[in-house]
Amino acid sequence: MTASSIASAPSAAASLDADTGGVGGDRRWALFWSYFFLCIFAGFALMPPLYMLITGLKTSNEVSAATNPWWVYHPTLSNFTELLTSPLFLTFFKNSAIVAVLVVIITMLISVPAAFALSRMKFWGSGVLATGVFLTYLVPETLLFIPLFKMFATFRDWTGIELINRWYVLLLLYPTLTVPFCTWIMIGYFGSIPKELDEAALMDGATWTQTLTRIFIPVALPGIIAATIFAFTVAWAQFLYPLAFTTSQDQLVLSVGIATTLIKADVFNWGQIMAGALLGAAPPLVIYAFLMDYYIAGLTAGATKG
Amino acid sequence: MSQIAVRDSAAVRIEAPRRSPVREFFHQRSTVGFLFTLPLIVLIAVLVLYPALYSIYLATLNKKMTQFIGLSNFTFLFTRETFWMVVKQSCIFAVSAVILKALIGFIVAHLAHNLPAEGQRKWRGMLLVPWVIPPALSTLAWLWLFDPSYSAFNWLLAIIDVGPVPWTGNAMWARFSVILVNVWYGAPFFMIMYLAALKSVPAELYEVAAIDGATFWQRLWYITLPMMRNIIAITTLFSLIVTFANFDIVRILTAGGPIDLTHVFATWAFKIGIEGGDIPLGASISLFMFPILTVAAIFILRDINKRGERI
Repeated sequence: MTASSIASAPSAAASLDADTGGVGGDRRWALFWSYFFLCIFAGFALMPPLYMLITGLKTSNEVSAATNPWWVYHPTLSNFTELLTSPLFLTFFKNSAIVAVLVVIITMLISVPAAFALSRMKFWGSGVLATGVFLTYLVPETLLFIPLFKMFATFRDWTGIELINRWYVLLLLYPTLTVPFCTWIMIGYFGSIPKELDEAALMDGATWTQTLTRIFIPVALPGIIAATIFAFTVAWAQFLYPLAFTTSQDQLVLSVGIATTLIKADVFNWGQIMAGALLGAAPPLVIYAFLMDYYIAGLTAGATKG
Repeated sequence: MSQIAVRDSAAVRIEAPRRSPVREFFHQRSTVGFLFTLPLIVLIAVLVLYPALYSIYLATLNKKMTQFIGLSNFTFLFTRETFWMVVKQSCIFAVSAVILKALIGFIVAHLAHNLPAEGQRKWRGMLLVPWVIPPALSTLAWLWLFDPSYSAFNWLLAIIDVGPVPWTGNAMWARFSVILVNVWYGAPFFMIMYLAALKSVPAELYEVAAIDGATFWQRLWYITLPMMRNIIAITTLFSLIVTFANFDIVRILTAGGPIDLTHVFATWAFKIGIEGGDIPLGASISLFMFPILTVAAIFILRDINKRGERI
């Protein structure tokens, strides 16, 4: 599915919908109530991020004052500038960015060839493996973190290589969450490419690797972008693994760094915590704002392609 | 059929330059396929399958992990009141949150579907925001909204002379709060799935129904719901698993409190296993998430097989 077809789908559906509406007045009332309730739901959805911004713009004095909490009387950017110049916060940000980018690369290197093989090269056990990949996606991280913790501790005892409390341990952990889903949706995308395309390429003497890199990856690019966005957001948002596996301040990623050190550091300096949370939420939000169609395509592909 | 033909012709081409047997082996379909999937297989085997089995082994050890004690960890859990509280709370939390998410998602998807196409994108974009923000960070905002002395909700409620509500202080309210935050976070996912499903229902069906004079409820019951059945089932199953295994929201909002009353399996396992240092007991607790996983897996596998037969 390409981006343009995603964009054009709603308009086609809606134009048909308008015809089925029946009497004009009914339709207008339905529309009015739709807008009315959607406003309520959107208000509910946007309230916490909005409140983050409101609190983030306040000084600690104003936060603890008994004034209207929903309004900023003396807006200031000091919380944001303080955070962006604080070495600790920048370390969190840097760790998060490095981990997320590397996880995306690792995920793509593993899942794209695997999805290609599973959707095009029937070999012994490939059907079982494809189902297995999907089932792995269902295994929650809350089931695995304790045995993994013990495994890495044992690994250190055997080899002397310390993994616990190092940010790079996350590079081993996050792919267990991202790879199964990305492989699964890439199988769907590759499956929608006409067979004639790769048959023609193979007939012309292309190797399997060439077929993948020259034909499949360019054709399935929207799917790859959707999978990349998914892997990035998962890696950026993950909370349990870094909380369990990293403890030193210089090894923390944003999600855990904000939730643990900022709260402990000050006597509930909520202005700064909210500013930090907003800055931490910014990268996924920016990606979402610019690539919404890919984001939603990736989200819905998991179930609809299954 | 065509694949066999392709392989034959490829083999003929390979024959011509007289490649060595080793190179030929590396160009075979099954070999290449295996090599392409090898990293995936290794990842799943080492970091998912092995730890899953390993946790069963861990659950049979004593606290110092020196001795095999069979099922004693489980029998110990069964005697503890907290354990039964966690079981109850996990079920209440997951079931009520999923039902509410599905219901709200369904309603909002219908409302958004009513809108003209140009506006729909904008609304969809706004409504999905809760799903995009990392839950660990958005829960911090909720924690601050629920703050015992500075709660912005209580400030609003005070205007109409209600409250103050102990959002995270009292057991009932804390249970309500974690469900509320989970619904806020998860409902947009349902909304987006249902909206996609609604768009795939052929408009002709509604036209025919309108000609036959079907009411709104009849259209909902006889067209929309049957057409969306698959999506509703799979989304609910997904969400049930994810909600049952939820960690972030409960951990940040209440950390299991007050007095362990809002713990779910994941947060309690973390408290016992990582913070308390009793890895075997923590592993035993998280193993209780297996049954629901298995049930969900069976349902989903059946669904996949059914689709396979249809195709």
